[in-house]
Amino acid sequence: MRELFLNSTFFGVVLTVGAFVIGGWISRKTRFPLCNPILIGAGLVMLVLWGLDIPLEVYRDQCRILSYLMTPATICLAIAFYEQLRGLKGHLPAILIGVAAGTVASLGSVWLLCCLFGLDDTLTASLLPKSVTTAIGVVLSEGSGGVGALTTAVIILTGILGNVAGPLFSKLFGLKDPVSQGVAYGTASHVIGTSRAVEISGLTGAVSSLSLTLSGLLTALFYSIFM
Amino acid sequence: MKYVCQLGIILGFSLAGELLAALVPLPVPAAIWGMVLLLAALLTRFLRVEAVGEVGRFLVTILPLLFVVPTVGLMACFDLVFANLVPILVILVVGTVVTFGVGGLVTRIFTRGGDRDA
Repeated sequence: MRELFLNSTFFGVVLTVGAFVIGGWISRKTRFPLCNPILIGAGLVMLVLWGLDIPLEVYRDQCRILSYLMTPATICLAIAFYEQLRGLKGHLPAILIGVAAGTVASLGSVWLLCCLFGLDDTLTASLLPKSVTTAIGVVLSEGSGGVGALTTAVIILTGILGNVAGPLFSKLFGLKDPVSQGVAYGTASHVIGTSRAVEISGLTGAVSSLSLTLSGLLTALFYSIFM
Repeated sequence: MKYVCQLGIILGFSLAGELLAALVPLPVPAAIWGMVLLLAALLTRFLRVEAVGEVGRFLVTILPLLFVVPTVGLMACFDLVFANLVPILVILVVGTVVTFGVGGLVTRIFTRGGDRDA
């Protein structure tokens, strides 16, 4: 049985889709924010891999088609953004200033906390780009001596945190309009946060897509100041 | 055929993004360049939304699913995470709340200013 799974072409993807669907079902049934489909899905996959003793590399290799789609899918956020552009035009300067402020706040707060905890350069470099999309973050982190796997982990957890707790944070800071919410989701929690913003409203999702792009570009520019 | 064309165009933009990422000496990945290029193509009417719409919206819908795989990759660095669990968790939560708040509040201040002028 295990041999069959190890050599299967479809096992990894079927497992991932199945786990994600179960995650989505549990998330709808419980309505408990931490029951996020990505989180439950990944947890179930980890359990199965561990239970069947399937190495992570084998699973990743079987799921290459899913990783392959990541870039085209991210690019397509531009479509939603374009379709919302009319409702967004007057807000462009505010979005730009908001994203710049959020990006500096992200880098500054993480850097300060790393200093406070006395973390070494390796950990600091790995944690610093935690609010941007994985592809940018890993390049920045590894370029400054960080650990790519750890950066991927914190980036994804940051995204899930934004996705899960975004509505709570919005209430906390009194953010009600789609523009400021969109900037908050996109700047703080990149694509994963944006996938929640898309569910709130079209405009929120569009602003969030724009913000994640801008914050990615700005982080790439500002990163060298901190490392 | 319509869907094949749409997929082809989207993959074409991914390729163009890859080329730009290789040429421009900034740590900006193919996905971000591709997004900028696709948006530019739509804005300049070089490409109409109908040419990429259905497949594009489908891909955006499955985006959360795609993130399951890298999340499972967490298994590879459990040791490093557990050795520094408290600082990492604090930085994760505080950093994200601060970014969310600053980004959102600054935007709100400036949107309100804009509304008054209008």
